[in-house]
Formats: sequence, structure tokens, C-alpha cells
Amino acid sequence: MTTVDTHDNHAAPIAGHEAHADHGDGIYIKVALVLAAMTALEVGLSYWAIPAPWKTVSLFVLMGLKFLTVTSWFMHLKTDHKWFSYLFYTGLILSICVFVAMLTCFQIWAK
Amino acid sequence: MSEVLDHTHETNDGSDSHATPEVHGHDDQAEAAHGAHGSTGLSNNKLAMWLFLGSDCLLFGALISTYMLYRGRVQRGPNPNSLYNIPFTSVSSFVLLMSSLTMVLAVTSAKRKDDRRTRLWLTTTALLGASFVGAQVFEFTSFYREGLGFTTSLFGSSFYTLTGFHGVHVSIGVIMLLTIVLLTLRGRIPGDKAEVVELIGLYWHFVDIVWIVIFTLVYLIPS
Repeated sequence: MTTVDTHDNHAAPIAGHEAHADHGDGIYIKVALVLAAMTALEVGLSYWAIPAPWKTVSLFVLMGLKFLTVTSWFMHLKTDHKWFSYLFYTGLILSICVFVAMLTCFQIWAK
Repeated sequence: MSEVLDHTHETNDGSDSHATPEVHGHDDQAEAAHGAHGSTGLSNNKLAMWLFLGSDCLLFGALISTYMLYRGRVQRGPNPNSLYNIPFTSVSSFVLLMSSLTMVLAVTSAKRKDDRRTRLWLTTTALLGASFVGAQVFEFTSFYREGLGFTTSLFGSSFYTLTGFHGVHVSIGVIMLLTIVLLTLRGRIPGDKAEVVELIGLYWHFVDIVWIVIFTLVYLIPS
């Protein structure tokens, strides 16, 4: 019983290390095509004559989707050990919070 | 078996979870080949790389928010809307995005222990990265000719600092990629080759996602 427990201690790293080894190249090419399409959409949106708030929100959404696609698929956070996601997203969220607070102090939203 | 159980109890007491090679089927060589694993059971190298990337978010967060704050401060010289060449920057963004694809193909080739394809994809990634840096140098030169120097305005200073720091990151990535290609040619990579390629890949993808943010916030969203 205890032998099984000890084996489990090592199951996580092996799973974390090898979980994304089985993806074929085809899936990454599809992901790259989706990213290229989203980039084309972004550039098209920037030329489209729609109200600035709508344009800004749409571009933010596309930016977020592209960001998550790269981190999930190319950086393997989707399949890798959760600790890596915690480390990265903690830094990212901390960064966003600190600098939104800073920009708020400078009243950038009022401008 | 009883020896195994004894070792297991020792491990559960919290001394050292990796001190039982008989149980895990690892030896020191295998441990070194997969990178050092701490008490988390995860590769220390990979943990350190993710920690570095998380902290690098703060650096780029500072530079991006400084740019957002100052992009409207154009006392003299050209303003952002008259300066940016969106089609040109879109092409260079596409090049960097595709370099992420070639990088992930290099990582999968390294995991399959296909050295020839690994070197091919790593070299392709380095070339695409170098093209991006070349495009950035061209862009900086044309902006300078149009009257935007580093000290012309707060907009100019914050723009060159942000995109310049990103360009330095890409250049460091290109140097790392070419170094790893040379090292694999000479067979001088200690430990797990696939993990080394994966770590450089993580850095490269990070540089790509930072550009995804910069491209949208700096170039596409109207000021």
C-alpha cells in the first residue's frame, strides 16, 4: 500500500513531463492557423470604422484569446503540471493588478 | 519487498522523497538526465523557468503601462497615429507568430530524439526571430528619419524603451537558439536534451505572447 503511495509521488512529474509528448505536429499547425486567422481579424478590425469602445473591447478579447491559445497549446500549460500554471499566472495577475492600480492613480481612465 | 516498504516509510517521514531508487526505478544517471527534481517531484529547471517568466511579466507590465501613460504626451515630433505602418508591423507579427510554431515543432522533434529535425526547426525559428529583429531595426530607423528620436517626446522614449526591451529579449532568444544548435551538432548538451530545448521554447513562446500584447495595445488600439 505504501509502495503505491510512494509511486504516486513520482507519477505527477512523469505525467507533467510527458503528457504533451504525444501531440502530433498536425495539431500545432492547426493552432498556428487559428492564431494567424485571429491576427488577420485583429488587423481587419483596426481598419474597420466602428465606434472606438467596440473596437477596443473586440481587440482586447482577440488579444486575450491569442494569449491563452499560445500558453495553453504551445507552452503546454493545458496538459502540464498545474504548478507551472500557478507560477506563471500568479506573476501575470500580480502584474495586471499592480499596473491597473498604477494607471488608476494617474487617472488614465478619465482621459 | 520489506526493504522497499522500509524505504517507503522513511520517505513518508519526510526526509527525502527521491532517496529510494529501488522503489522508483531511477538511478542517479536517470535523475540527471531528466533534470534535478526537488520535493515537488517536478523539474527544478522548468519550475525556475516558469518563475522567471512570471516575474518577467512584471517587467513588461511596467513598460507597457508606462507607454499607455505617455503615448498621448507628444510635445513635439510625430504622433503615434501618423507614424505606425500597420501592414508592415502585421507582417513582422505574423513572422514571430510562425516562429512559435517552428519552436513547438523543434520541441516535439527533440522529445522524439530526432536530432536532425530538431536542429532544422531550431534554425528556422532563429531565422524567423532574426527577421523580426531586422524588421524592428528597419522600423526604428524609419521612425528616426521621420523625426522621432529617443528624447523627442515622452511617447518616443516610452515606445523605444518598450519595443527595444522586447527586441533585446528576441535577440537573446536567437542567440540561445543558435547556441543550442551548435551544441547539439557537437553533442555537448549535458542531461536531458529535450528538456533544454523545451526550456528555450518556453522563453521563446513568452517573447511571442508579450508581442501579442504589444501589437494590440501599442499598434492596433487607437490612442
